[in-house]
Amino acid sequence: MESLLRLEKICKSFPGVVANDHVDLEILPGEIHALLGENGAGKTTLMNCVYGVYRPDSGTIYWKGQPVEIHQARDAIALGIGMVHQHFMLVPPLTVAENIILGLPSPREPLLDLKSASQQIRELAERYGLPIEPDVPVWQLPVGVQQRVEILKALYRQAELLILDEPTAVLTPGEVEELFKVLRAFKEKGLSIIFISHKLEEVMSISDRITVMRAGKVVDTLPASRTNPHELARMMVGREVFLQIEKPPCTPGEVVLELENVRARSDRDLPALKGVSFQVRAGEILGIAGVDGNGQTELAEVIAGLRRVTDGRIRVLGRDITHCTPKEIIDMGVAFVPPDRQHMGLLMDFTVSENLIGKSFDRPPFSKYGFLQKQAIENFCAGAIYRCDIRTPHAHVPVKLLSGGNQQKVVLARELSLQPRLLIAAQPTRGLDVGATEYIHRQMVEARSAGTAILLISTELDEVLSLSDRIAVMYEGEIMGIVPAEEADLQQIGLWMAGSRAHQAAETPQTV
Amino acid sequence: MFEQLVEIFTSVAFYAAVIRLTAPLLLAAMGGLVAERAGIITFGMEGMMLMGAIGGAVGSYYTGSVLGGLAFAMLAGMFLALLYGVMCVSVGANQVVSAVALNLGALGLSSTIFALVFSNRAVGVVTEVVSVPSMQPVKIPLLGDIPILGDILFNQLPLVYLALISVPIVWFVLYRTTIGLKIRSVGEHPHAADTVGISVVRVRYLSVLFTGLMAGLAGALLSIGMLNTFQENMSAGRGFIAYTAIIFGKWEPLGIFLGTLLFGLADAIQLRIQALNLPIPYQFWVAFPYLVTLLALVLFVGKATWPAASGQPFKREGK
Repeated sequence: MESLLRLEKICKSFPGVVANDHVDLEILPGEIHALLGENGAGKTTLMNCVYGVYRPDSGTIYWKGQPVEIHQARDAIALGIGMVHQHFMLVPPLTVAENIILGLPSPREPLLDLKSASQQIRELAERYGLPIEPDVPVWQLPVGVQQRVEILKALYRQAELLILDEPTAVLTPGEVEELFKVLRAFKEKGLSIIFISHKLEEVMSISDRITVMRAGKVVDTLPASRTNPHELARMMVGREVFLQIEKPPCTPGEVVLELENVRARSDRDLPALKGVSFQVRAGEILGIAGVDGNGQTELAEVIAGLRRVTDGRIRVLGRDITHCTPKEIIDMGVAFVPPDRQHMGLLMDFTVSENLIGKSFDRPPFSKYGFLQKQAIENFCAGAIYRCDIRTPHAHVPVKLLSGGNQQKVVLARELSLQPRLLIAAQPTRGLDVGATEYIHRQMVEARSAGTAILLISTELDEVLSLSDRIAVMYEGEIMGIVPAEEADLQQIGLWMAGSRAHQAAETPQTV
Repeated sequence: MFEQLVEIFTSVAFYAAVIRLTAPLLLAAMGGLVAERAGIITFGMEGMMLMGAIGGAVGSYYTGSVLGGLAFAMLAGMFLALLYGVMCVSVGANQVVSAVALNLGALGLSSTIFALVFSNRAVGVVTEVVSVPSMQPVKIPLLGDIPILGDILFNQLPLVYLALISVPIVWFVLYRTTIGLKIRSVGEHPHAADTVGISVVRVRYLSVLFTGLMAGLAGALLSIGMLNTFQENMSAGRGFIAYTAIIFGKWEPLGIFLGTLLFGLADAIQLRIQALNLPIPYQFWVAFPYLVTLLALVLFVGKATWPAASGQPFKREGK
């Protein structure tokens, strides 16, 4: 069978990084082809080369056997390539229809013809089983539906090849199943799909063939039927990995953190937390699962004192901290790994050592009479760098030059050096490779064994499931439910993540 | 005194003056709105208006016709807009800083051109007021005969009519045409526009040039519309007030129209009241429109919703 798309020896480097190193890839008509690899393996860069976002430094792209030059997205679209980016390329105030026809000539040029566009979109949506309301502004739609708009946008441009970049990252387990159904239907209709992911189970269940990338190179391409998650993980990471973390049994102590009916508003002044209550005890990990944007960031911020609580109480070790300053909260023994290490977690232009003492530089032994104690700082940082295996030439390198994993180790080293009673870890492994993730998880389990209460907030459901002693699910600013980890039922958690409280809803069809 | 005030507020001439004083603000603001919606901060309208004012006077002087003056005014405004475009779109410089620089530059440039063209050669300074051909009011047939309303709205300078009809036109272009959709998308999410093949750079350049054209006409309305000469710094902050009107109107044509009308009203009031010789220092009345601007922003605007990509230079990665 002739290939639809073929890449030959694609190279692309950025200053200091080779993102794609002689990459070959072949996509057949009507196949679902997974591109599997860790963050930074070069999957997205490769696809951006195909879609015209980047220009490859060298190499050739063949479309239906012909070599083609793709200088910009317009060229890719003209060939029949559509891409759904991980961060959606939708204009929030515009309607669904306006977003879909954006950039296309109108039949009534220079006037817009939204009426006939809406009609066509409805027909298209029906044909592919992607129900949509064309006249609603995109910002009002839930993330799952926005993704549908992105897919329709590509189909409306008559895409024959659909590239989906980490499409499941923003979806609940139920929505993932729905998406997979749609993708299989596309395949029936002869479309080809490139499915970018770093999740093994997903890739195994949806794809026909899998190409594994590591450090900018293709490791291998193989049919899904002839491999298994374990082999894929080894190819992806380059060594044996342990997909499960070893965790001693949980021995919860006194209540360290207690939230009582806490309410807060988001940056856009909308209710973000709508009466959240829970407790975390010493020596246990409470994991908060949920799709991104359901109040998790605000939850972490109110506990750390970074966001005003409009109602309710927060207590740490019995003391009311609802209206305390961040400094007072830190002094209570609360450590915080913020969700965004580059903006909140670190001062990127400061050195590793300056970041390591970022929360304790004003007290002995690091400071005496207002002067920094160089020797004490040096000793402390050398120890921390050694203990936490932070890969850096020395302590005086700006932290922005470190890899993401090492940056996060700096954050965690700083927070744990305070010997906290409570650790709030928000998205602690976002964007990290398997090795760094493993390390961060081990550190957290160690802190738990030492008696620290840990509140883990993560949108990676696997992370929450494997680390937590108890699991809570957040949806639209509310806790849908809390279960002990050993009683956790994936279907139940999925329903909670989608905002449904009734467990029976899944088994007995509801009559509305 | 009360009777004098009543007389002012019941006179047709007062309301005609409100419309006339609104027009330059409205022209500039409607031009500015287009670039604003494309993500360009139009803080430089003040300078573009000044260039339009001097361009209008010089063009009118050399060609001996008002149309020549208008052509020069548009070109002068677009010249400054082009410089602004190079700085904001191509170089990606800070837009507010660039605008401040251009506003100051335009102040100096317009005064220099004025001195060069109109100065008494012997003395080297402008010693007498040189008058140039200027626009005359055009009474619109039929509509102009309507009692009261006809005199207020339909017996005005041609540019005043242009200002008024620019409101529905700009609205129509923004919301009902493909170029309008492109402009709005570029101002909200330029990367999204880029991925569907829209040239962000082209849309932004065209938008900012349109701002220059409109602000240039607004300046001409001051120099060869309301007067028949140029005066140093004759825009006197009207470009900033037009910018304020865009914020006041929350980036919607109708709201901006109401905003400029409010400032036009304040201007007309101060002109009339100054003439009454009240025991209040005249400086207060001169400052009055600006105070109204400030109060309007503080009291009525609340939280403004900017175009999301406002002021952000667009740069593709990895090219």
